[in-house]
Amino acid sequence: MPDKGQNRDFGPSEGASVVRPYGDTTGDGMVQTSFTLPVPPGPRADGAALQLAQKMGIEPAMVVHSAGIGSGGGAAGDSAAFTFFVVYGSVRHLVDLDAVHVEERPYPLLSPGEVNAAVKTRLRRSLVVLGACIGTDAHTVGIDAILNLKGFAGEKGLEYYRELQVANLGAQVSVPELVHAARARKADAVLVSQVVTQRDAHLRNTRELAGAFREAMGESRPLLVVGGPRFDPAMAADLGVDKVFGRGTTPGEVASYLVHALVPEEEPS
Amino acid sequence: MSRLQLDQALVARARELAARAAAPVVDLAATYTTVSVERATLRLAGLTGTDPLDGDGEVPWVNRVVDAVRDQVGLEHGVALPVWHALGSGGTLQDLAEQVGAGTARFTVPEGAAADRAREAARAAVGAGIARIDANRARREELVATHGDPPRRPWIYLIVATGDIHEDIPQAQAAARAGADVIAVIRSTGQSLLDYVPEGATRTGYAGTYATQENFRLMRAALDDVSAELGRYVRLTNYASGLCMPEIAVLAGLERLDMMLNDAMYGILFRDINPHRTFVDQRFSRMVHARAGIIINTGEDNYLTTADAVDEAHTVTVSQLLNERLAHEAGLEDWQLGLGHAFEIDPAVPESFRLELAHALLARGLFPDAPLKWMPPTKHMTGDVFRGYLLDGFFNLAGALTGQGILLVGMMTEAVVTPWLSDRDLALRNVRYVLEAAGNLHEDFAPQPGGFIDRRAHTVLTEAVELLERIAAHPQGLIQAIADGTFGITKRSPDGGKGLDGVVRKAADHFDPATELLTREVSRA
Repeated sequence: MPDKGQNRDFGPSEGASVVRPYGDTTGDGMVQTSFTLPVPPGPRADGAALQLAQKMGIEPAMVVHSAGIGSGGGAAGDSAAFTFFVVYGSVRHLVDLDAVHVEERPYPLLSPGEVNAAVKTRLRRSLVVLGACIGTDAHTVGIDAILNLKGFAGEKGLEYYRELQVANLGAQVSVPELVHAARARKADAVLVSQVVTQRDAHLRNTRELAGAFREAMGESRPLLVVGGPRFDPAMAADLGVDKVFGRGTTPGEVASYLVHALVPEEEPS
Repeated sequence: MSRLQLDQALVARARELAARAAAPVVDLAATYTTVSVERATLRLAGLTGTDPLDGDGEVPWVNRVVDAVRDQVGLEHGVALPVWHALGSGGTLQDLAEQVGAGTARFTVPEGAAADRAREAARAAVGAGIARIDANRARREELVATHGDPPRRPWIYLIVATGDIHEDIPQAQAAARAGADVIAVIRSTGQSLLDYVPEGATRTGYAGTYATQENFRLMRAALDDVSAELGRYVRLTNYASGLCMPEIAVLAGLERLDMMLNDAMYGILFRDINPHRTFVDQRFSRMVHARAGIIINTGEDNYLTTADAVDEAHTVTVSQLLNERLAHEAGLEDWQLGLGHAFEIDPAVPESFRLELAHALLARGLFPDAPLKWMPPTKHMTGDVFRGYLLDGFFNLAGALTGQGILLVGMMTEAVVTPWLSDRDLALRNVRYVLEAAGNLHEDFAPQPGGFIDRRAHTVLTEAVELLERIAAHPQGLIQAIADGTFGITKRSPDGGKGLDGVVRKAADHFDPATELLTREVSRA
């Protein structure tokens, strides 16, 4: 049984289920943090920083650096309204490793290189992806963020992936047009973004989309993926699509999902 | 400044090829007009505001009028002839716009003496807008003379991006007080794909603030205040990219912006905007920038965020040469060319810093009179903010050592959060330390002829010339090269992309008073 109390051995406490941050001695609890308070620099500011550190569980805390922001380079240096702090100290909280639960997504997040490699070696042809905004929605921000080379949140869009053949049909595409285009281009996946949510237009449009593809193509329909800021990712089955992405989804997550859903598993050799 | 001894025959060859590759693009601008060019003409003539009666949000009057002209008589003659012909019987542009809104405006294309009268009236109206741009340029020169330029190069360029112009203003002023010489207000996500320019003071941008005439005016006024306070003219930057390049360029000139992002190919490659649309729009927008005394910043740094910064270094050089050619052709002078490049080599690559110096010195040597825009690391910035701070320090050092003109301040929280107040402050401290400690190091720094840096620079230049040979060998030059995926990123066909429906082939009697007035000046210069 691991020792549940403070481990006084030197070195990492392998097997311990309760741990503390490590500075230079096991169990010292040392952390380092930095923050800004809207207070002019001075003894009062340092006192305020200590108070915050204490409330964060850092005790004793040391304000090792404090400096007014906006000073040094301009005329307003003396009147800085903010102070930046670096604080070191021992945090009294314990970490119970047994109580750590990790929510795992059902598929791994892949880099663009890994996505390309998976498609190339396991699918052995490029993956055809079609994107559009349907109905009256003219807001292409969502689909563009996922598809455009420029991308979103520091990640390149799907156009950047060599093994993905991407076509962005743009805004106000009708559902029949989309079905026709998906069939003509032999799309593996159809991505639709919906920003306008007036009177639940996004839900109505998505059901219409799913119905049209089911009717036109049955089992051989492409993978249907929808996304938008007001979608609940748990609604996929209810809407009749394969996957729903919510706010803040990045191109990498979408690409990883496409590999998971469309590229056959590696055969064990 | 640069101590590289470049092979001047190779440099001359590169420029000759760039001119040949760009020639078909130059012809495009003479052959086509776009809805945005036509709208920009109306903006120069003073038409502002939006149609209040339209149900689904704001549609600017310039869009309504251009669309109405297009519906009734087509755009191939330009808007100026039918619009000023319709105004012949009196009334203002604003009145005419309201008639368009009410559905009562009737447009025809005049001929003979009526056409002459319409042309004369249009020249006078558009000339008033150009006069305002001229007055702003003179005013900038006066303010620079009064307050002074930054005390050293590079100029320190900092971004603000809250989405709310009224939050941006105090942040921009604080940044200027902390040492920023140039403030860039980044635009809201997706604005580049809007086929209209939003109106008014805006507070609802996402990851950036909408570029509007009123936002331009408010920020410029705020920076004028802080310039007077600091005794240093603080410059303002925005973005002439996307579907409304010509209009945004006009608004920038009318509101005395000082720098504009303006790349010849960025919209095509990174935003999938139609190539014809982009090239026609960029030509017009650059003519306006030239007139306004605005410094353009090109977007070569973007290549290196998608491609490997060592393998594809020569594509940056090629793009710089093409951007230079297309800029000169539109009347911009060398001092107005903030040609872009970036510090994006993987720090894990051996000798990465020496490679960066080689690339930066090559740009410096090729474009000795251009300010050059030096962009910080983004691709290899991770959540490790400490490592990021060190990398930014090396970036700043490379900038000082190689005599860059405009240095965009790198944030250690790149790829983590939009910069906090403290991030910006720490970043400016980093820049100040390096410039104060080593700002004149370029005086002592001369790479050994035949050494690592010298050889690397020549390799990149040679590869750039080879790529230019391939582009120039295409009968359609750059246009075909982009369609073939020559830039290694993506293929963009001349018939594809957004905004193609806004491109119109000019008729023989096409009349565009703005281009006529601006070109007259260019050829005189």
